[in-house]
Amino acid sequence: MGNAPAISPLVIFLASIFTSNMVLANFLGMCSFISVSTEYKTASGLGKAVALVMVFTTTLNWLIYHFIMIPLGLDYLRYLIFIIVIAATVQIIEMVMDRYLPDLHMKLGIFLPLITVNCAILGISLFMVIRSYGFLQTLLFGLGSGLGWWLAIAALAAIREKMAGNQLPRGLDGPAITFIITGIMALAFVGFSGIFVVM
Amino acid sequence: MSVVLTVLSLSVLATVLAGLVVLADYKLNNYGVCTIDINDGTKRLEINGGSSLLSSLASHRVFIPSACGGKATCGLCKVTLAESAGPVLPTEEPYLSDAEIEGGVRLACQLKVKHDLRIMIPEEFFNVKQYRSRVEEITQLTHDIKQFRFRLIEPQTIDFKAGQYVQIDSKPYDQVTEAVSRAYSVSSVPSEKNIIELIIRLVPGGICTTFMHNHVKEGDEITFAGPFGQFYLHEGGDELIFIAGGSGLAPIRSLVLDILEKKLDKKMKFFFGAVRPRDLYYVEFFRELEEKYDNFTYIPALSGATPEDKWDGEEGLITDVVARHVPDAVGRQAYLCGSPGMINACVNVLTKIGFGKEAIFYDEF
Repeated sequence: MGNAPAISPLVIFLASIFTSNMVLANFLGMCSFISVSTEYKTASGLGKAVALVMVFTTTLNWLIYHFIMIPLGLDYLRYLIFIIVIAATVQIIEMVMDRYLPDLHMKLGIFLPLITVNCAILGISLFMVIRSYGFLQTLLFGLGSGLGWWLAIAALAAIREKMAGNQLPRGLDGPAITFIITGIMALAFVGFSGIFVVM
Repeated sequence: MSVVLTVLSLSVLATVLAGLVVLADYKLNNYGVCTIDINDGTKRLEINGGSSLLSSLASHRVFIPSACGGKATCGLCKVTLAESAGPVLPTEEPYLSDAEIEGGVRLACQLKVKHDLRIMIPEEFFNVKQYRSRVEEITQLTHDIKQFRFRLIEPQTIDFKAGQYVQIDSKPYDQVTEAVSRAYSVSSVPSEKNIIELIIRLVPGGICTTFMHNHVKEGDEITFAGPFGQFYLHEGGDELIFIAGGSGLAPIRSLVLDILEKKLDKKMKFFFGAVRPRDLYYVEFFRELEEKYDNFTYIPALSGATPEDKWDGEEGLITDVVARHVPDAVGRQAYLCGSPGMINACVNVLTKIGFGKEAIFYDEF
C-alpha cells in the first residue's frame, strides 16, 4: 500500500457523493437499497443510519488498520477484522443511541442491525485501504459515501412513491422497475464523471 | 509462526470487541428496576428494565397473546398504556390504527421497558397460564387434518370459555431451528377440565402444523399457553348461526357441545363448507346430535362435488347455502370461523341478510 494520494479531502467528499456514488457508480449496498426504497420516510431513515454507521466504522477501521494491523503484519486479515469491527461498532452505536438519544433511536434504531451486513459498509473500509487514504481523507470519504447512499435511496424512494399509483406492465412491478429506475439514475450520475478524480 | 499469530490476533481482537459489547450492554442497557402497574393497581410487578414489555410480563407469568414471538409480524400483543411512553415505533405502525395510537395502544413486543409503566390489559389475560401436557391421542380426521388430545400435567385443570384458543409451542426439527408459538382453537368442551382437544390442518410450509403432524407422537410432552380470545358465546341471540370451513370446525364444536350441555335455550344452525367429500369430518357426529336434539341443525355443503361423489346434501358455496337457509337476522347471532376469504364473503352475505356488526362474531386464522 502506497502513501496517501495528494487529493484534497473536500474533493474526495464531493466525489463520493456524486461521481463515484457508492450505489450508483459502484453498485454496493444494493439489497437494502432495493428492498427498503418503497416509502420515502423509511428510506430516508435507513439512509441516515447508513451514513452514521459509515462514518464511524471507516474511521475506526482506519485507526485499527494503521495502528494494529500494519505493525503486526496482519493486512491480509482485513476482510475478517473489518467485518468484526463493523458488527461490534453497530451494536454499541445502537445501545448508546437507545440510552442517550432515544428520539433518534426511535427513528433509526430498527435499521441498525440491517446495516451491519450492508456490503457498502465493508466496501468503503476496503476502498480506504486500497486507495491508501489518510485519516482526514478517510473521515470525509466515509461521510461523503454515506451521504451519497442516502441521496440515492431517498431519490429512489421519492420516485417510487410518486409512481406508486401507476399501472405498470405485468412483471415489471417491484424489483424489476426499481432496477430500471436505478439504472437510469446511474446514467444521470455518469454525467458528473470527470469533474473530480479521486484515485 | 504466522498461523499462530493470525489465529491469536483474530481471537484477541474478537474477544476484546465482544467484551466491549458486553460491557456496553451492561452499562447502557441497565435501566434499573421498573414498576409495571397493571389495570390501575390490580397487579404490580417489579422488573429489571431493558427487555420488551412482552418478555418482561411473561417472565412474571402474565402472558400476552403472541403468535410471532416478538418479531412484530402478528400484531396480537396489543396493550394500552395509561400514560405515554414515547412515540410509536415504525415497526408497530402497520398494526395500529390511528384511533388505537390516540388511545395509547402499543405492541408489547416492541415497547422496551426503560422506566415505570402503567398499562391496561383485558381481565382475561390474568387467567392465562403456561401449561405442560402430554399428547394422549392423535386421530386422523381427513387427509390433512388431525385431532390431538392433550392430558394436562401441570396445572392439571384449565378454565376456559368454549370458542377460545390456546398457543402451542413447537420445538425445532429438521431444518427448522426456531421454536414458534401458534394459536389453535380448542374443540373440546370446557366441562372437561383435565384435557383439551385441538383440530389442526397441515398447512404446506407451516412451521407449527408440520411439527404437530410429522414430529409429534402419542406420549410426547407439549407446552401451551392460554386460554385466549374474544370468540365465545355473547348474550343476545335466540338463534345462533355457526359457519365454519376446514379446521374452523374446532371452536364451533366446543360451542355447540357446551350450549347443549348447559341446556341453554338457543336454536343452533351449523353450516360447514368444504370442497369434496374427503374434506368432511365429524359428519356422523353432528348428524347424531341433530337427531338427538331438536334445537340443533347440521348443514354440510360441498362446493366442488362431482357426480361420482354421490353427494346428496347441500351444494354450492357456503355463502349461497347460508343465504338459502337464513331468511333474516331477527333474534339471530352469527359465529364464523375459517379463512379470511371465507369470513369476508360470509360477513358480506350476512350483512345483506340484515345482520349488524354487533351480531357477527368471527375468529380469523
